Amino acid sequence: MFISVNEITETIHMIQSEHLDIRTVTMGISLLDCIRSNPRDTADAIYDKIASEAGRLVPECESIERELGIPIVNKRISITPAALLIGKGTRDDAVYLAKQLERAAQNVGVNFIGGYSALVHKGYTDSDRVLIESVPEALYETSRVCSSVNLATTKAGINMDAVRDMGLLIKRAAELTAASGGSACARLVVFANAPEDNPFMAGAFHGVGEPGTVINVGVSGPGVVKAAIEKVRGRDFTVLAEEIKRTAFKITRMGQLVASEAASRLGKEFGIVDLSLAPTPAVGDSVARILEEMGLEICGAHGTTAALALLNDAVKKGGVMASSHVGGLSGAFIPVSEDEGMINAVRCGALSLEKLEAMTCVCSVGLDMIVVPGDTPASTISAIIADEISIGVVNNKTTAVRIIPAPGLVEGDTVNFGGLLGEGPVMRVNPGRSDDFIARGGRIPAPIHSLRN
Amino acid sequence: MNKAVVSILGADRIGIIAAVSGYLADNNINILDISQTIMEEMFTMVTMVDLSGTPKPFDEIYDDMKKLGDKLGVTIQIQKTEIFDSMHKI
Repeated sequence: MFISVNEITETIHMIQSEHLDIRTVTMGISLLDCIRSNPRDTADAIYDKIASEAGRLVPECESIERELGIPIVNKRISITPAALLIGKGTRDDAVYLAKQLERAAQNVGVNFIGGYSALVHKGYTDSDRVLIESVPEALYETSRVCSSVNLATTKAGINMDAVRDMGLLIKRAAELTAASGGSACARLVVFANAPEDNPFMAGAFHGVGEPGTVINVGVSGPGVVKAAIEKVRGRDFTVLAEEIKRTAFKITRMGQLVASEAASRLGKEFGIVDLSLAPTPAVGDSVARILEEMGLEICGAHGTTAALALLNDAVKKGGVMASSHVGGLSGAFIPVSEDEGMINAVRCGALSLEKLEAMTCVCSVGLDMIVVPGDTPASTISAIIADEISIGVVNNKTTAVRIIPAPGLVEGDTVNFGGLLGEGPVMRVNPGRSDDFIARGGRIPAPIHSLRN
Repeated sequence: MNKAVVSILGADRIGIIAAVSGYLADNNINILDISQTIMEEMFTMVTMVDLSGTPKPFDEIYDDMKKLGDKLGVTIQIQKTEIFDSMHKI
């Protein structure tokens, strides 16, 4: 037999016992050709285009799942940033578009549609402003629409007006959905250096440099990595890194196979595989537990940043050879509420907001699914965003913030978002005020090393 | 050739191989290779089959295998070989 029995049982074991899955197949769709003279007509044309482009996405993915025997947890859609689509529309027109996106997502059976977005790293256009101001209401009126705003790039610096505004809008979105712990904020993320081909929510959008329609895939597999490194307990870091690389290669090959199968069956272009370790709240599917397996008593203990740096680098090195095109966020994710080990570490007092910020310097994305007290001032949220975004801008990497100021809740309470979004313990926020800093507005200039030409 | 892997995992009992190979023969599915062992007290059988002779669609075979597994008290799964090739071969 060309494939050995051990290899076959290893693959089956990874899927059945170690939560190996494809986290998302995301279809990116350009909607620029839907723009009409009237914004309502645009929204209706968008509904029709999504229905025709993505109509077969879910059934085709389900048949790939059955034939290959690997679960595809999410099927999703990302679209051209909506701020580019609304033209001279009003805030009501923007919310109407959000509702049409919701209907379209429901119609084709995807659980999230991303791209209710604006790219404002250097400043606002009128339509950017209209769209961003509509975000809280748009999220309140929908359940599948995801929104993202790019606030900064290494090339452009940081739009601190937008950082200030997002603090206020995040608070507003939380208040509108107070009954569910501010859950709308779980579908809202702000970025520095946002990638145009990210398949993961809430930050997925279909950039203007992308082809018409494209298939991007995000893989997963923290449980597989943890099981693999259990076999090298006590060995040195070279052995540890090699083991992670080998495992990441195997995981990513699954992603590559599913991506090319999905693209060919749907007759669309294959975009990228995102080399990611994405946790879920399920036991045995945690990134924090990998760090602990490396020899830390608990995630957040000193040594955690180094452990995460090694993990993130080895995942990329292993994955990059397994895929023909790599993109998106690519790296280990550390969303607190979506990771059983992170939740445990926060509850034990071992993991703070400050430590998480340090960890984001060496892994993909940033402060993700962080729940903070409902009375956290908007200016403090803006300041948390400014800190995180600076890390991305200065280090020439993507960083993001997805933060939930849970109305009425205080440190130590818990919010349950359900499903993959998990449950978040309310974390301590530094009480020092940042109001005057945030009130300055304007732009933080691009760092000197942005001048690479 | 349209190859797939049928894997059977579970507690050992008399008649597992007979039942599975009987089903394959009845549906004109050719067995290319069989490997069977007891791994950590678990009955483990891996069969490479060729589906090109069967009139049954893959989805039906998939469902039949699940039902047969339930009847025998083991897990039976059929998967296209691409998943194993891509994970283990460069």
